[in-house]
Amino acid sequence: MTTDPAAAERPPEPLAGGVPPADDARTAEDLPGLARVLFGLLLLALFAVLALAVLVLPPAAPGLSAAVAARIGESGVSHPVTAVLLNFRGYDTLLEVAVLLLALIGTWSVGTARGCGGTAPGPLLLHLPRLLMPLMVLVAGYLLWVGAHAPGGAFQAGALLGAVAILGCLSGRRLPALVLGWPLRLALILGVGVFAALGVGVAALPGGAPLEWPPAIAKHIIVGIELAAMLSIGAVLAALFVGGRP
Amino acid sequence: MSQPVFWALVGMALVTLGLYALIVHAHLLRKVLALNIISSGVFLVFIGLARRAPEAGAALPMEPDPVPQAMVLTGIVVAVAATGLALALIVRLRAVTGRTTLGDDTDD
Repeated sequence: MTTDPAAAERPPEPLAGGVPPADDARTAEDLPGLARVLFGLLLLALFAVLALAVLVLPPAAPGLSAAVAARIGESGVSHPVTAVLLNFRGYDTLLEVAVLLLALIGTWSVGTARGCGGTAPGPLLLHLPRLLMPLMVLVAGYLLWVGAHAPGGAFQAGALLGAVAILGCLSGRRLPALVLGWPLRLALILGVGVFAALGVGVAALPGGAPLEWPPAIAKHIIVGIELAAMLSIGAVLAALFVGGRP
Repeated sequence: MSQPVFWALVGMALVTLGLYALIVHAHLLRKVLALNIISSGVFLVFIGLARRAPEAGAALPMEPDPVPQAMVLTGIVVAVAATGLALALIVRLRAVTGRTTLGDDTDD
């Protein structure tokens, strides 16, 4: 690991906003050499303990595979990971989508967006996205659909959609300001909104409990949630990349 | 050494490397990168150990445990979101104080 102690001790240069650099507070420096060696030895000991803990584990441990395989018929999908993600552990997924939104709220409350296409994009970045972006949207739709019976699903598709938006931003394509107003905000809250509404709505059915999809309509509920979550995740990831409120 | 154990050890090596970089370096961007390495290591440990389900040919072949896989899917997305928030905070810290390290600004 290369050190750069000179950079840490150089006084910070003045910024465009007219903020004077804080030269009265002590700037932190990298850890000195002896402390590094001692800390490295401590970490090696920690690694040895952890490795020992793994090596004494039993070689075959099915975990919860059998429990999932027994009830997968009522989950509405046929892939075990998707069933766990959106049915058996749906609460975790609901909180995760909420955490995404929370991270975006934090990012938006800290600064305004500065745009991502700084200099003029080169020829590759100008023309390749025109081919790639529609193709990526198509692949995202496929990933969403295939998640029912193979690896795939809302998160993978949402990440791809976020990449589409980031590619568009990097190549200089700007969304019109109208789209960045309420449609963007609607897309951002759609994931949490639909998931929470369905989770609570199922409790109102006779004999239902929150987040417990009835086996008859579980497949449709999951498809609806995945669609909303895909749009929401893509919007959140792209907005996080841009880094500030529009 | 079987495959699950190998991947779990690699994951722990990543966690150890990330911990070293997290503590040793003062620059906040390096700390955020180190946290990302740590999270990658943790996910690798989860996934590696999930493969311990008995494979085909054993008495009762089963799929790899899907619950750790779902947890890692969740974890990856949350880690990306947290990294985005951390980077926004670093940019803001630099704009406000002119530093990219967390100094000891005690009054002495």
